[in-house]
Amino acid sequence: MHVNPAGLQFSIHSQSQSTLLSIFSQEYQKQIKRTHAKHHTAEAAETYYQRYLNGVMKNAAAPVLLELANEVDFAPSLMARIVLERFLQEREQAIPSKTLINSMLRDPSQIPDGVLANQVYQCTVNDCCYGPLVDCIKHAIGHEHEVLLREMLLEKNLSFIAEDQLRAKGYDKTPDFILEVPVAVEGHIIHWIESKASFGDESSHQAYLQDQFWSYWNRFGPGLVIYWYGFIEELDCHRERGILLKDCFPTDIVTLRHSMAQR
Amino acid sequence: MAAVLELLLREEVAVGAVLRWLRQGPGHRPAEVTGLVSLSLLQKDFVPFLLNFLREQTSQILTNGPSTPAKTPNSKAHGSQRTGSERRASLGSFLTATPEALPARRGRRKGGSAVSTSGRQVPRDLGRSLAEEEDGKNDSPSWSGGRRKRSEVPLVSARSPPSQLNLNNLEEFPPMGAASGWTNKPSRRINPTPVSAERPLSKPKTCFTSTPVSQSPAARFSSGSNLEAFSTVQEGNLTSVISSSLQEEREMLKKERYGLSMMVIGLLILNIHLYYLIFSLPENLVPNIFLELFFVLQLLTSKGTSTAEEEEESDLEVNERKKGTLKFLAENERIASFSPTLHERLRQAYESSTAKVSLLLPCSVQSVSFQPETDNRSNFPSDRAFHIFKKQRDIFYELLREWEDNHEKTGWDFERVLGNKIRAMMAHLSATCNHSHFARLFQKQLIQMCKGPVGGGASWGDTPDQDVLNMLGPDNLSRLKRLQERFVVPQSIRGPCPPPSFPGCQQFFRDFILSAGSYQFNQHLVDSLCLKILELDGLTLVEHEHSDGEADMDEQDEKKRFTVVLLSLRLLAKFLGFLVFLPYRTVEQPTRDLQDSAVALRNQTLPVLDVLKLLRQSIRDHRSILTVPWIVEFLSLADHIAPFLDYYRKVFCLLLLMVLSEDKEMSFLNKLLILAVLGWLFQVPSVPEELFFATDVRQEGVMVDTVTSAQALDSVPLVDQQLLYTCCPYLGELRKLLASFVAGSGAKNGGFIRKITPTAAESLAPKTSVTQRKLQVELEQAFFHNQPPSLRRTVEFVAERVGSNCVKHIKATLVAELVQRAEVMLQDKVKEEDANHDKLLEEVCAHLYEEGAQALIKGREFCKKKGPEAVRVLLPEETSAAVLNSAEDIAVELATEKACGWLSANIAALIKREVKATFNRMLKVPGLPLPSEDALELRRDCPPGCQHRAPFPSQIINEIKDVLCVAVGPRDEGEVIDHDWLECLLGRLSQTLRCRKFMCPTSEQQLAKCTVELASLLGESVMIIKSNPTYGLLKLLLSVWKEDFGAPVPVQLMFSRKNIASLTLANKGSLVCIHLLQDFLKELEMLSRVFTSEHRIEEPRTNPRELTRQSLGTVTAQS
Repeated sequence: MHVNPAGLQFSIHSQSQSTLLSIFSQEYQKQIKRTHAKHHTAEAAETYYQRYLNGVMKNAAAPVLLELANEVDFAPSLMARIVLERFLQEREQAIPSKTLINSMLRDPSQIPDGVLANQVYQCTVNDCCYGPLVDCIKHAIGHEHEVLLREMLLEKNLSFIAEDQLRAKGYDKTPDFILEVPVAVEGHIIHWIESKASFGDESSHQAYLQDQFWSYWNRFGPGLVIYWYGFIEELDCHRERGILLKDCFPTDIVTLRHSMAQR
Repeated sequence: MAAVLELLLREEVAVGAVLRWLRQGPGHRPAEVTGLVSLSLLQKDFVPFLLNFLREQTSQILTNGPSTPAKTPNSKAHGSQRTGSERRASLGSFLTATPEALPARRGRRKGGSAVSTSGRQVPRDLGRSLAEEEDGKNDSPSWSGGRRKRSEVPLVSARSPPSQLNLNNLEEFPPMGAASGWTNKPSRRINPTPVSAERPLSKPKTCFTSTPVSQSPAARFSSGSNLEAFSTVQEGNLTSVISSSLQEEREMLKKERYGLSMMVIGLLILNIHLYYLIFSLPENLVPNIFLELFFVLQLLTSKGTSTAEEEEESDLEVNERKKGTLKFLAENERIASFSPTLHERLRQAYESSTAKVSLLLPCSVQSVSFQPETDNRSNFPSDRAFHIFKKQRDIFYELLREWEDNHEKTGWDFERVLGNKIRAMMAHLSATCNHSHFARLFQKQLIQMCKGPVGGGASWGDTPDQDVLNMLGPDNLSRLKRLQERFVVPQSIRGPCPPPSFPGCQQFFRDFILSAGSYQFNQHLVDSLCLKILELDGLTLVEHEHSDGEADMDEQDEKKRFTVVLLSLRLLAKFLGFLVFLPYRTVEQPTRDLQDSAVALRNQTLPVLDVLKLLRQSIRDHRSILTVPWIVEFLSLADHIAPFLDYYRKVFCLLLLMVLSEDKEMSFLNKLLILAVLGWLFQVPSVPEELFFATDVRQEGVMVDTVTSAQALDSVPLVDQQLLYTCCPYLGELRKLLASFVAGSGAKNGGFIRKITPTAAESLAPKTSVTQRKLQVELEQAFFHNQPPSLRRTVEFVAERVGSNCVKHIKATLVAELVQRAEVMLQDKVKEEDANHDKLLEEVCAHLYEEGAQALIKGREFCKKKGPEAVRVLLPEETSAAVLNSAEDIAVELATEKACGWLSANIAALIKREVKATFNRMLKVPGLPLPSEDALELRRDCPPGCQHRAPFPSQIINEIKDVLCVAVGPRDEGEVIDHDWLECLLGRLSQTLRCRKFMCPTSEQQLAKCTVELASLLGESVMIIKSNPTYGLLKLLLSVWKEDFGAPVPVQLMFSRKNIASLTLANKGSLVCIHLLQDFLKELEMLSRVFTSEHRIEEPRTNPRELTRQSLGTVTAQS
């Protein structure tokens, strides 16, 4: 599949599928969140660990961890994490640090047990919603959409300050782009644009509002959020107050005409 | 006093004579006023007496407005302690005295009585006052507990007023009930029902008035013949009496309509004459001139006689009188400029369509923008403090939004809903000592939201956004707004003396302070407010010499700036007053004893802000037009004790002097504003009533000599009508009164909202401390002396901006370079010795400081280049070359001084701060060294002519993940990876890697890792299947790694413990095949070296060749 610079072909071509995937992923995550606590008790961890040990004793090449995860209806990466944590705990006689575990999940070759390493890797590769690989894909998608957005801003001649520049200046919260000169989108003034390469459902939108969008508003004034994979229409209810939702780059943009008029 | 009035009323003494009598000292005895001579001691008491007399006389005919309080030391009997003289009388005093004095200070505030009487406790003092007049004594020191001893001997006057009014005659002046018949609409028929205190629809609930015009029932029963009736009233059974008298009244009206109307007219004429008298005086004899004016207008517009047909004649007469009086007023020099505004307002009422566009738009809360200079990490002592404040900022706005959404809903309670959240927030702030940051945010937000004229009500903005203007077009916008105003602005007449309040958004901030109840926060806020007030109060706002033809424009700008500054000051001062007096606030006036002890106690502490000094300074420098309005706001929030403190007493006396004295130099509207705000202040409940008429303020020793000051403001016409109305919305009551009179109803209200544009701070004056430069400086000053002031402003402005830009430029260039270099150095060293980061930082920075010295050279260059450019653009084209050159030189010099001064003092600290920040960032991203990433990204660009059409990295990772899923297993039966498809995928991978546009470091690293895993798995299958095609794929991968990857590929992972384990699990005993991979491994080894050397930073990685051997060895050994 090829993508033209404006990303139009991309969005038309793959919108529905990506949107569905995004929604699926969100729903799956919600379900996992609901059951998360259940799998994270010490007893559960012990049970899983023992079952893993028994499993690999019988056949180290069999997808023991993956099947265990599927059996108890839990994300394979998260199951791998539980067992790895338990394994390290037994080996080091101490509770391992989060950084260490994350690092081993990212690169299983660091795991001191070859068999477990393969089991863990199999889990992370086969997980559709969690794990370093999926995280990386999500990150990549996010980044790609930011690049697309940047292209569009440049094309429209809207000058902006990007997130990394803002961060370098010491801003505590940073949207993807702050417009150096604000514009009006569909009659609403915006100062910043945030790109979200996901579907805007209620729970994720609420979380974003809380963690990001209102914080941006609190610092930079009203702004625009683009949910590239669509959003629930009813969520676009803060327009008057200064948070606009769109599922594509807006076409109705009014810029300050001062300098133009003077020329 | 009554005697004087009587003389006047009998026309034994001419009005003019009385005036002269009032104006001149007690020693003056003109022949014509011989009758007054014996009464000369009473001069100063005459005015309050007269005022109250007028109120009382007219109370019954005023149907067209709220009561007009006369703030005179009457009912409370708080008169000057020094003289102890009587200040209160009424027409009634000619007739009777009451047996009982109501104890209420202000009846309305007591509010407990059944009919809630209007608050005039007229009768109680009458007897005594009369008695004293009669006896020629007026110094009876009858004080107790702040209340005057009531008269014990009721007296009935033997005289009657010459106008033949007999208020005691129920046939002629029937008693009238309270609380009925009030309407905003002027009545077309006689409505003799008096204006009463209870007008639930139109009156602000908390309106305070010392002596409302309306008739208290008691007053009407004050005649000797009705003493019995009066005592009934005193028993508390007012209501029945009133209702029955209403009946009586109606019947009587039918009979006596004509006679009554004549009487009313007579009264009107009398009153108008008397007011003419008051307004004619050069000094202000009344505390609140607007209050009196309001009253007069009420009289003028009251149509008490205009309904009945048979009264047309008299109506005409009244109208003529009215015109005549307006003419009176107009002819009078003091009122001369007021009259046009009256006319203008009348015109406006008719022609509302031509009214000015008032810039009024609904606007949501605007937040305070984040400013790195004050808000970024370097402004906080610790990461924790920084992050906590980050959260607090968000919580604050969350609260604000919640308030915005809900505060108008019924049952919503600020404290109940937000109280605990606010206190939790305060606790967090205390834990990290972040109060000063929060106080700053709070104050900025306060100004941002409330700087608008109407207290920044949630739906009131000050300026329309340019974009909105563009979209709507000014015509539509103005129409829209006028419509909106008509909807939004309350039509009701609130009366001329509303109490201090926190309208609109100010309410949020007040309630926030109250709910927070945090001493620390309050203290920080007070500090912050004081600082800002001092800063704004000291601003130079006006340049005086408009010699160069740009006067109009300058004046406009000055007015704008002045308005913004004045409104901000008033807002800040109000909140400062609120905070300062908050601990002492009481609902009730404390008793005399409590007051004395509190005064003794509080006299010992210093005030937070020296308002007395500021006020004196402002008078001395002719800047009172800026200072007085905010000091009034500050004092209006004073508690009941504060005005009695030595310190504040002086402040009040000084303010009082301003009312009483005449400043001829002051611009008319400026003076009007000062009089209006002061008049209002003297009506505030906590301000003691006796203050105004205690004429001895002149002897308080608070007089201030004035000097000529370059910063004088008072003589400059800075206040315009809009500002006047913005600061004193209660003045609008006058207009409403007139408007409703003229148009009947539907007058346009509250239309003047001033557009506010932010103002820039003044540039810092050049420092001239060094003696060698003294002459230069003098020359400089001389240069500016004969030039237009705009030249100086321009030069100073340019110097200020260029200097500031210079520092920014140095930061962005030189410092940034140094920081980058530091980063590289740190990168190298931090790997070596993880131990002492601080020491490392210190070393690296020390290395850079020397180079930092270059900043001064570069700074000088910058200023030299930019300064002249800017000056040339900003000065008029016609400026002579010599002047231009000098201006440029001065600008450059000033800019350099500013920039280099700052740089030399701060460059080292700046470098250190920046390096430290970068270093911290570096440490926070483990395993992803930032600069090397950047370097690698820089190293690679898209190939020439790249169309950026390659698949997205995310797409490729996703596909490789799918391949890995199958390869890693578990596999379904017959599930295989198609060789051609895999080859195609690797081809697209190559494309994706070549186009750098959408690639980010994490994507590339992930691709590298995944392909290594893929290779490892392929290698496995090579060993199993020994098929050449798969080997071909490996070769393909090898070339992709070599040619297309920008990031290092962790090829060594092919032989990681994990993969070896996997290999051994899969292929026990088939190790021979590994030799098939010999060529591949050789190339792999070379590649491995390339990646290591490319990656400039030394990493503790094992030599790849060894690694390969090791791995192979392990494999061999394990098999």
